[in-house]
Amino acid sequence: MKLSGWGKHPVVECQVRRPRDTDAVTEAVLATDAIARGNGRAYGDSALSRTNTIDMRGFNHMLAFDPDNGQVVAEAGVLLSDVIAAFLPQGWFPAVTPGTRFVTLGGMVAADVHGKNHHIDGSFGNFIDWLEVIGPDGAVTRCSRTENTELFEWTIGGMGLTGVILRVAFRLRPVETGWIRQTTHVAPNLDAAIDLFEASLDATYSVAWIDCLSTGAEMGRSIVMLGEHATRSELPKKCRTTPFPTVARQNLKVPFSLPGFSLNRYSVRAFNALYYWNGTRDDETRYVNWNSYFYPLDSIQDWNRIYGRKGLAQFQCVLPLDQARKGLNEMLTEISEAGQGSFLAVLKRFGPQDSRFSFPMEGYTLALDFPVSKSSVALVRTLGQITADYDGRVYLAKDSCLDAQVLRATDEARVADFSDMRQQTGAAKHFSSVQSERLNL
Amino acid sequence: MNEGPVLILGARSDIGLAVAHAYASLGRPIQLAARNVQNLDTAKTDLEIRHNVQVTLHEFDAVDLNSHDSFVDALPVLPDIAVCAVGLLGQQEGDEQDPKAAILVMRTNYEGPANILAILANRFEQRGSGALVGISSVAGDRGRATNYIYGSAKAGFTAYLSGLRNRLTKKGVHVVTVLPGFVDTKMTQDLDLPEKLTAQPSEVADAVERATRKHKNVVYVKPIWAIVMTVIRSIPEAVFKRMRI
Repeated sequence: MKLSGWGKHPVVECQVRRPRDTDAVTEAVLATDAIARGNGRAYGDSALSRTNTIDMRGFNHMLAFDPDNGQVVAEAGVLLSDVIAAFLPQGWFPAVTPGTRFVTLGGMVAADVHGKNHHIDGSFGNFIDWLEVIGPDGAVTRCSRTENTELFEWTIGGMGLTGVILRVAFRLRPVETGWIRQTTHVAPNLDAAIDLFEASLDATYSVAWIDCLSTGAEMGRSIVMLGEHATRSELPKKCRTTPFPTVARQNLKVPFSLPGFSLNRYSVRAFNALYYWNGTRDDETRYVNWNSYFYPLDSIQDWNRIYGRKGLAQFQCVLPLDQARKGLNEMLTEISEAGQGSFLAVLKRFGPQDSRFSFPMEGYTLALDFPVSKSSVALVRTLGQITADYDGRVYLAKDSCLDAQVLRATDEARVADFSDMRQQTGAAKHFSSVQSERLNL
Repeated sequence: MNEGPVLILGARSDIGLAVAHAYASLGRPIQLAARNVQNLDTAKTDLEIRHNVQVTLHEFDAVDLNSHDSFVDALPVLPDIAVCAVGLLGQQEGDEQDPKAAILVMRTNYEGPANILAILANRFEQRGSGALVGISSVAGDRGRATNYIYGSAKAGFTAYLSGLRNRLTKKGVHVVTVLPGFVDTKMTQDLDLPEKLTAQPSEVADAVERATRKHKNVVYVKPIWAIVMTVIRSIPEAVFKRMRI
């Protein structure tokens, strides 16, 4: 069947298997070159295999919960949204969450996802106690920080290329409420935004929306949003009746792909300007529920359709701390010159991270998306090159159009080690995605 | 709202499990009944963790009619709602040549479900309350060459539910007939189903829960199926017999 990632680009004809039990996964792995797929929220071609895409959504059982330490054991196909639905009412929230709750646990491990608290808590991998992985021999191996440590370290952030992740044991964080105390600050340009981040390193959550089309002295003007889990006693009266608000059914929906021209530079500019003004008016502290704070786009089902049939190309890079100002300025100049408005441009401070193949490193990460076109793909390649020039990295969960040389240029030593590991363990022979083939991993 | 337990017959099926989740999410205790029920242990734990409700497992074989009375006797408590999601699609072409296999399809889809619901109906009638839900099929609305063995049994089941509803409506017992159309499940995983006409198990489950809450009688999970089947039923037999649908 025709499959794609969340960006609807590229679309590839894939053989899909939907195993129901462990034996069926083993059989699928031994059959031919395979990649596991969760809920299809990686943007590009990370979870596509022409020969053997293993749809793991049938593995969606929660297996155990320890209310003493917040440890959940669950099958890899369980959705993060289900984890929240089950445990938030009991006072637990994901320790790390990406910008959508419709990801599977397996996908979260494979991409070693990060959230708005990376500068304090690091990535999802920090909260994983153990994993069970089906490797090239078809057998299930339990791995952790003390047992089969190599497999554990390579699998976190390994994009499913070490094997099929079957079960995950991970920790939640205790929270008193499902409300976030959000403080919004306006930064008139990129430097000011970075200063705000540096001054807010003790905030639990921080993220900025960047207006990518402003130029000159206003280049990189942003809204920086800080957040803290609200305690029960600080909640305003209207929130107190529902300390753990639940999500209403999704009722906003994009019914079909909009024509590609709906998102041109004028509509995007208008959107960004509106958002910026709204933010300036709104420069204050307020209480927002967990869903609209962490997952603003989740309430619009199939929002990716606003980019038209050709889909969207995502790009996310991180630049090391000492290079960030210069590198980001160069990128923003490049973007505004190209006139390729990015609907969502997000800037975020990462804390230090030392892992085998995960994306994050200490510095600044910039995430952008563009409607797919010749010029936007060219722009993404240029941005990839700039990333390499500044010793940064690109996020594979978002990528759909870089080529192997650019990836090597950004991350040479780690990419080489990763490929060697795949050769030595035999993973290279059994696990590959359209992305891993494109990037020669 | 009544918060008594819900019994799921055929709990291994995707629809049965989805129905269990739908009721458990409202805080109702769940009784899962299936063959080799012990290996539904994972499903039981999953339901308990997600919804914080009590879940019990009960050995049940739909075609072992003699065991049905003692099965109901052994339930910890008579459920408020019983949902029958037992079903066997069979292999139409193979079953045409294999009477034994065909009989099993008929018994699994009609005789077994009718028998267990008969026993539950009498107990519900005695108690003066409860709801019985039968997951039947649009395949029972008209026999087609491609699945008439399955369809004929579902036709019988649909008629049975209709009669049961007629009998029990004044006794405080509600009977729901659910006609799902195509559903994306294990049963249909080898079939190429049209997306717009295919429901997810969770949609069937929501329809079941809504039907018991709102006292609906006959429910097409996707409304388009009501139209499709009206058209199919209205085709004259002289024409229909030559069609390939």
